[in-house]
Amino acid sequence: MKSTYLEAISSGLREEMARDESVFCLGEDIGVYGGAFKVTDGLFDEFGEDRVIDTPLAEAAIIGAAMGSAIMGMRPVAEMQFADFITTGFNQLVNNAAKTYYRWGAKVPMVIRCPSGAIGNAGPFHSQNPEAWFFRVPGLKIVTPSTPYDAKGLLKAAIRDNNPVLYFEHKALYRDKQISQVLPDEDYTVPIGEAALRREGTDITIISYGKMVHKSLEAAEVLSKDGIDVEVLDLRSLLPFDREMILTSVKKTSRLLIVHEDTLTGGIGGEMAAIIADEAFEYLDAPIKRVAAIDTPVPFSPPLENFFLPNTEKIVETLRDLAAF
Amino acid sequence: MSIETAPPATEADLSGQDPDDLGLSRSDYRTLFFTMFLQREFEERIYRLFRQGRLAGAAYAGAGHEAIAAGSGYALSKQDVLLPMHRVIGTHFLRGHTPRDMMCQYMGRANGPTRGRDGNMHCGSVDKKIISMISHLGSNIPVAVGVALASKIRKENLVALTFIGEGGTSIGDFHEGLNFAAVRKLPMVLIIENNKFAYSTPAALEYACENLIDRAPGYGIPGVLIDGTDVREVYKATKAAVDRARNGDGPTLIEATCTRLEGHAQHDSASYVPKEVLEEGWKNDPVVKAANMLVDDQHFSPEEIEAIKTEVVGVVDDAVSFAEKSPVPVPEDALKDVYAD
Repeated sequence: MKSTYLEAISSGLREEMARDESVFCLGEDIGVYGGAFKVTDGLFDEFGEDRVIDTPLAEAAIIGAAMGSAIMGMRPVAEMQFADFITTGFNQLVNNAAKTYYRWGAKVPMVIRCPSGAIGNAGPFHSQNPEAWFFRVPGLKIVTPSTPYDAKGLLKAAIRDNNPVLYFEHKALYRDKQISQVLPDEDYTVPIGEAALRREGTDITIISYGKMVHKSLEAAEVLSKDGIDVEVLDLRSLLPFDREMILTSVKKTSRLLIVHEDTLTGGIGGEMAAIIADEAFEYLDAPIKRVAAIDTPVPFSPPLENFFLPNTEKIVETLRDLAAF
Repeated sequence: MSIETAPPATEADLSGQDPDDLGLSRSDYRTLFFTMFLQREFEERIYRLFRQGRLAGAAYAGAGHEAIAAGSGYALSKQDVLLPMHRVIGTHFLRGHTPRDMMCQYMGRANGPTRGRDGNMHCGSVDKKIISMISHLGSNIPVAVGVALASKIRKENLVALTFIGEGGTSIGDFHEGLNFAAVRKLPMVLIIENNKFAYSTPAALEYACENLIDRAPGYGIPGVLIDGTDVREVYKATKAAVDRARNGDGPTLIEATCTRLEGHAQHDSASYVPKEVLEEGWKNDPVVKAANMLVDDQHFSPEEIEAIKTEVVGVVDDAVSFAEKSPVPVPEDALKDVYAD
């Protein structure tokens, strides 16, 4: 039977909690109610109130408490109800959790689940992709699964990792039947730091992650009808990211497009472009291009949101420009 | 919810109390005084070394806070977890960071607790159950909540003790953490070290209630106001709060009043502190007060007190010479340990 992205996350959580008593969940409305998106549905009944903890509405306390319990040897999985809300716990993550092991050697094995991305015209505070704020924080890891298989495997890897890991789960993928997959019965993990080659090609490389991987694949399909062969890399992990696979691909295709749903300026794409410019400059046959959201808050009204977001058409158009250069 | 409120500092009178009702032995009192004088002597030395250019970074002192450090730290059991701040170095000493460790830490040596990655009071140890502070005061209150939460989940019966200044009670983490601990009845004790000044900002610009424990009923927890210059009172109040937490009755907020006898840090002359506040503070010096108490109660002779002080000076001398002989880190070590395996 096929699993949705959301079912894959739930089943990953359930299996890790069953496997290891030190794994527990905390967050707002995650227990009795089962979470705003129902990711933790059923876990309260299955594992009890001590391991599925409904917290007060207080992100700094949630993240700080996750850190304290992690230092004591627990493996907390904290849910931000929306990734947007992580800002009120920012200091606990970037100054406290991220720097602890480096400073005085205490391991902080914790996962922060962050439902992110735009869906359903949720406006400026329920639609953001805040990964870039954390991308420049040494000591944090960041994963951004795009498929049910990776959602489960990366969650398990994140829970078993001895560092603070931000786990961005794109809300638009939760119940997308088109990406449902049959998952292995046996236990598996997806290693943090390894990208996946989603489509092989020889003419242009797309580097993407999260929901935009699927838009990139759609665009690649369109271009293939013009005889342009696009390679699509899914980063899967942003921190650390798979430098080797990116370089190998760009050296092969000589053209690069980076696609993310986060806004353009200061996004992950800038760093990818810098690395390619630095280490593969002589292989490039065209300027490095980026497709991303425009540099505004995420607007609410459907026409505004549609204009704001990157989509298949924008990717297709930029790919054509790149191919023609 | 009953609110236990001890008499405020000005009304405290311990002369009629039987010191033995705390259950402390002569050896316990020795440790308490040793710790207090060690904090004073160690930090005076830190200031001197800093002025001589023998220390990198910044130098902070907890002069005036020695009774809070010794009395609270000594009330913990071995399994408990300490999350100290920068004016209670005595708590580090009580839990096993040696003066040598702390001097190496201050001097950025490769064998200090953070191996040169962080300075001054910013250090911890998993083995010693000390969780390091960060400069963002208040941040460790939610972390203490997590320690207490883990204790409750695993039924370990350990208590988390942490601190905040009266200035730090203004930050959101104070509220978020205390509220979370109260709601879940977690085994946590939070001591407010109210020394009247947050850097240069006087208490009256930090809060509008009469005492900070007035906030405790708002969280549904007990608040205890104590004289933070009296080591016995600090010990007694902390011990009661720790026992209460261990019994599953939840967190306690303690407000320990004292006077910051130095500036915010070595660079700060504290000219903004009214002269009479400082004079009053020095008249009420917790270290002198503890020595007098021990002599008055005939636990120790004045000669024995002097002998302890001489011993402490020797310990600090040793820490300085040990740290100065210790290796500095190899520059490339900066690259290591960003991530745990």
